[in-house]
Amino acid sequence: MSNVKEILLNPIFNNNPIGLQILGICSALAVTTQMSVAAVMCIALTVVCAFSNFFISLIRARIPSSIRIIVQMTIIASLVIVVDQILGAVAYDISKQLTVFVGLIITNCIVMGRAEAFAMQNPPGLSFLDGLGNGLGYSAVLMSVAAIREFFGSGSLFGIQVMPLVTEGGWYTPMGLMLLAPSAFFIIGLLIWALRAWKKDQVEAPEYQIGQHTAMSHS
Amino acid sequence: MSDSPGFNKDSIQNVIVIALVVCLFCAIVVAGSAVALKERRIENKALDKSKNVLIAAGLFEEGVTRVDDINTLFARFEPRIVDLRTKQLLTPTEVEAVEQELEISFTDYDQRKAAKDPALSSALNDLEDIASINRREHFSMIYLLRSESGIDRIVLPVHGYGLWSTLYGFLALEADGNTVSGITFYEHTETAGLGGEVDNPAWKAKWPGKQIYASNGGVAMRVIKGAVDPNAAEAIHQVDGLSGATLTSKGVDHLSAYGVGDEGDGPLLGSLSG
Repeated sequence: MSNVKEILLNPIFNNNPIGLQILGICSALAVTTQMSVAAVMCIALTVVCAFSNFFISLIRARIPSSIRIIVQMTIIASLVIVVDQILGAVAYDISKQLTVFVGLIITNCIVMGRAEAFAMQNPPGLSFLDGLGNGLGYSAVLMSVAAIREFFGSGSLFGIQVMPLVTEGGWYTPMGLMLLAPSAFFIIGLLIWALRAWKKDQVEAPEYQIGQHTAMSHS
Repeated sequence: MSDSPGFNKDSIQNVIVIALVVCLFCAIVVAGSAVALKERRIENKALDKSKNVLIAAGLFEEGVTRVDDINTLFARFEPRIVDLRTKQLLTPTEVEAVEQELEISFTDYDQRKAAKDPALSSALNDLEDIASINRREHFSMIYLLRSESGIDRIVLPVHGYGLWSTLYGFLALEADGNTVSGITFYEHTETAGLGGEVDNPAWKAKWPGKQIYASNGGVAMRVIKGAVDPNAAEAIHQVDGLSGATLTSKGVDHLSAYGVGDEGDGPLLGSLSG
């Protein structure tokens, strides 16, 4: 039982796909200007990640190693297309804002990474939970970034105005930078810093030490 | 099965079998979902377009107008086809003739696709192409709202390049074919919060009442940089630019000028209101 809980909850803080594994950054930059859009993206990615893990794990013993990547891709791509179709049918307005990024879930490293690293070695039930957990880990970071960007960039949360804007007769001058992609880089960087300050074991060992000053050795 | 002795998952047979089975299964799932949801997707798309025609004409209220109402309200509009080459509003007989000649149907006419189809569009030269759209479709679908006294609103499709990509929308005019009654964009990828403010109701509210044509008949409508000086003589033709979005503002300036200009639906407006 503790194993199940660990698999589901570990990716949220201890082994966060964005925070520790630094995967799936590109969509984290692109769809985080509004919380409602980011939320739909999170749901889409979590669903795809969980089910792709499940199906891949189901047939893992039969997947020939020579074509395993392409088999994984086929399954992931099919799931993404289905999710995209469903979004177009039930949440048209949001899918209009998202559609290219939903398509890009196919190339999201989190989904491929979990399929290759976890689902190929573990039974379907656990793989499903692992996908779910990683999706939630991704969602946790995406939603925090989106909350910060929407709050400071548009003065609102989930489209509800919290700080009245100057352009609409209020007092808050929105931070334009927050609406541009680079701001997500800064926020994610700060989040990773905060996470590693809190959980020291996530700090990577430096790959090399800068040596002593060696100018003298030439003489 | 995999545990049975003699099973080799890396054998050529298994590679072929797995590849075929996975592809077949995925194809069925994808095709199944596409077919099952196709109707709703098309409905959503049509509804979205109707909604935007209503928004441009000022008949749509966020949160008040329901799906059924959109269809009822939209039914009051009469879609008409304009031949942009001859600047003529086609009569139903002419429309039929065109449909037969080109083997197209205007009931599901996709104007955006038509603008890319060599059979249904022509290239614009640099002087004509002020909205940076490269090609002009031969036929444009406009929407007329009629009341007892005649035409009440004219809704024109407009599109043109902004900062990142092409903005698509509708511009609605009063019966005189000169006074703007609204503008809206249903598709664009301008920066949210900057150029994306083209969706801001407060900015869109600056459009109604503006006059498009100067007394000499030329297009005088402009989106200017900064705020409009209400005392200026041209204020009636000018709309505030979006701050921090110079290129989007320029794009909107160009696309509205193109839409009501000589290459767009402009020449027709006089005949409609006259």
